[in-house]
Amino acid sequence: MSKRIGMEIALAAAEVAALCRPDVIAAYPITPNTHIPEHLAEIVAEGHLDCEYLPVESEHSALSACAGASAVGARVFTATSSQGLLYMGEIVPIIPAMRLPIVMALGNRALSGPINIWNDHSDVMAVRDMGWICLFAANGQETIDMIVQAFKIGEDHRVMLPVLVNLDGFQLTHVVESMIMPDQEEVDKFLPPRKPYATVHPDNVVSMGTLGLPEIYTEAKKAEDEALINSKKVILEVWKEWEKTFGRKYEPIESYKTKDADVIMLTVGSMYETAAIAVDQLHKEGFKAGLLNMKLFRPFPADELKAAVKGARVLIVTDRAVMCGGAQAPVCAEVKSVLYDEPVRPAIVNEIIGLGGRDVRVDDFIKMFKKAATADKVKPERAYEIYGVRSS
Amino acid sequence: MAEKKWPETWQEINPGLMVFKPASARSYLTGGWRAQKPILDNTKCIKCGVCYLFCPEGCITEDAEGYFMADLNYCKGCGICYHECWPRAIKMVED
Amino acid sequence: MKGIVENFDLYAPKLVDKEEYFSSGHRACQGCGEALAVRLMCKGLGKDTVITNATGCMEVISSLYPTTAWKLPWIHVAFPNSAAVGAGVESALKVLRRKGKIADRDVKTVSIGGDGGSVDIGFQAISGSMERGHNMIYVCFDNEAYMNTGIQRSGATPFGASTTTAPAGAASVGNKTWKKNMPEIMVAHNVPYVATACHSYPIDFINKVKKARSVKGPAYIHCLAVCPTGWRSSSDTCIKLGRLAVETGFFPLYEVENGKYRLTIEMPKKLRPVEDYLKLQGRFRHLTPDQMKQFQERVTLEYKKLMNKVKYSKSWLEM
Repeated sequence: MSKRIGMEIALAAAEVAALCRPDVIAAYPITPNTHIPEHLAEIVAEGHLDCEYLPVESEHSALSACAGASAVGARVFTATSSQGLLYMGEIVPIIPAMRLPIVMALGNRALSGPINIWNDHSDVMAVRDMGWICLFAANGQETIDMIVQAFKIGEDHRVMLPVLVNLDGFQLTHVVESMIMPDQEEVDKFLPPRKPYATVHPDNVVSMGTLGLPEIYTEAKKAEDEALINSKKVILEVWKEWEKTFGRKYEPIESYKTKDADVIMLTVGSMYETAAIAVDQLHKEGFKAGLLNMKLFRPFPADELKAAVKGARVLIVTDRAVMCGGAQAPVCAEVKSVLYDEPVRPAIVNEIIGLGGRDVRVDDFIKMFKKAATADKVKPERAYEIYGVRSS
Repeated sequence: MAEKKWPETWQEINPGLMVFKPASARSYLTGGWRAQKPILDNTKCIKCGVCYLFCPEGCITEDAEGYFMADLNYCKGCGICYHECWPRAIKMVED
Repeated sequence: MKGIVENFDLYAPKLVDKEEYFSSGHRACQGCGEALAVRLMCKGLGKDTVITNATGCMEVISSLYPTTAWKLPWIHVAFPNSAAVGAGVESALKVLRRKGKIADRDVKTVSIGGDGGSVDIGFQAISGSMERGHNMIYVCFDNEAYMNTGIQRSGATPFGASTTTAPAGAASVGNKTWKKNMPEIMVAHNVPYVATACHSYPIDFINKVKKARSVKGPAYIHCLAVCPTGWRSSSDTCIKLGRLAVETGFFPLYEVENGKYRLTIEMPKKLRPVEDYLKLQGRFRHLTPDQMKQFQERVTLEYKKLMNKVKYSKSWLEM
């Protein structure tokens, strides 16, 4: 039986990862995800989980060891943040290309320069096009649910891809929340042991990670792209089954008060819950605000996005990363590209918020909504704004 | 039917470019690289197998009588066997 | 032809595993010592083996999709991480066997890489895997430069070799540094079995591979592999050059079991001059007599240091 618990989200993430019975865990410490691998090490040390836990010497080796273990057929889990993800960076695109399922919890943290341990999405945005399925949790409950779902999605033979479960550093990792934790029996029933498609083992000899000459590389990339696009079907299936089993609904884009909404905001990650309070307050003032939260970022839910913004006059896209020198911040760039061909589409405002742990409060969201209300008449000066930046 | 050199379409590619046919590189004949080929003289051969052991291609095999022979489909003509053959039973000739 | 069959058990080839786990049709250059060394290594390992391969010559020449030269299960992920991938493979084999998900028998994990992938960019991963004590073998195939990318200098390149990133010229001797002593670094990791090897001594090499395989824990073999392309030497002299590297004392063959050093082949009472070795290679063609002398002095010193360890070292198990 599932039971309600009150716990730091990172610890809960570790507990639920343990319930998934991973065979191999390899991780390297970096703030703010660290409590996840730490607690898993504790669970293994106490004998509650039969698992090879590799405290490796770098993130590069963490993901490399995960690749080797996954290739043998093990269920594999790892976690990291920010620079750690970038240090893995060389290996990140190789994992999906080799079709190796691995689940990684990413405690989102700003990329260095200047060094900063706090939350934004510059880490995940740097690897967004490297072939991983990307899920974003808005709270603790979604974090633990998504970790279980991620194994089931990634290991499905129709998918065979790694999955990134994004949870905002500190805002989620270090926050104590009330969550419903499934028990071992429930997780076992939902998530049977991994059945590998192929294993690097003498009983079934295979070569993995072969060389793709120019005659093959194009087709290999197409196959990989199709695999990621087609994973959506499985993701939706798994989410449906999850809802049926546990009663909690998941969809690529969650809507809040968007029916008849005039100005809609799109958030990704934990900002959703703060923005929702702003939407409630605006409604009291008669301002027809609506809110969308993107839970599935890769594969990109284009159809769901088009449907979700229908009827809105203005769409505010919030981003948690700067695409330095680019035309737009990353989420908005994609949103605009999806909506470009729509005959009727909202005016789009791009607000970059919450960089490197900068607080974004309810009144900030209210300000953004009010300011954007006229965006369809008065075009913003620039394609994007870094909200709240101090200027002289 | 002769096997295709490349899968033609992306749908034909194995997931992750995995290869399930061990030693399938044998379908590629490296013998064409050769400028010289080894000729083994059985009258001088002492059947020691040095040539077999030192061949980087692994293309020298022992026949039923214990003599050694390079498979010219794969021999690249490096000359190691010629150089290492102590009784001088191998010579290299233009191919 | 004196010297060619020295130290060679005449009919020993009859005793080695006839199975070719590394098949013909691979695209290595003519006379590639590394391809030969890989072939010999596989004979020592046998079928219950998983290979993890660093990016480099051996990976490129053996795995052009849709074919593979490998008859052993094989995985390549990237350049610097062969040992880390090996750590993951070893851990997975261990846990899946424990849980009854794979056959209940010993399967050895063997990670391989070139000198660049081992002593330079892959160094950290090897250090980590050896220090953590994974039950695996790491074999470095050392051809003394980044040959796959075009003969650039690595930490294993010897003094005076002309490479594309340390070329010899009017103002330069070529590579200015001495070869990094990787086996010694592995001994310092308390790896219970460390050995040097060369394809020119195949039985010695295969025996070392078998010994490494029998170790419960990490083992490291550093195998000198002649590269005719990068060394600017004739392809037929591949085996001879390996032999000269040993006989000059430039690359002595030894093993270190639990800290105890032992030479594994009989070394000549008086080492051959290094000049015999260097003069057959275009990469050393420019060396002046003075530089040659400098080279000789260093080789003599390193050899003395090794002999000192051979004489005085004791096994940890006897302490």
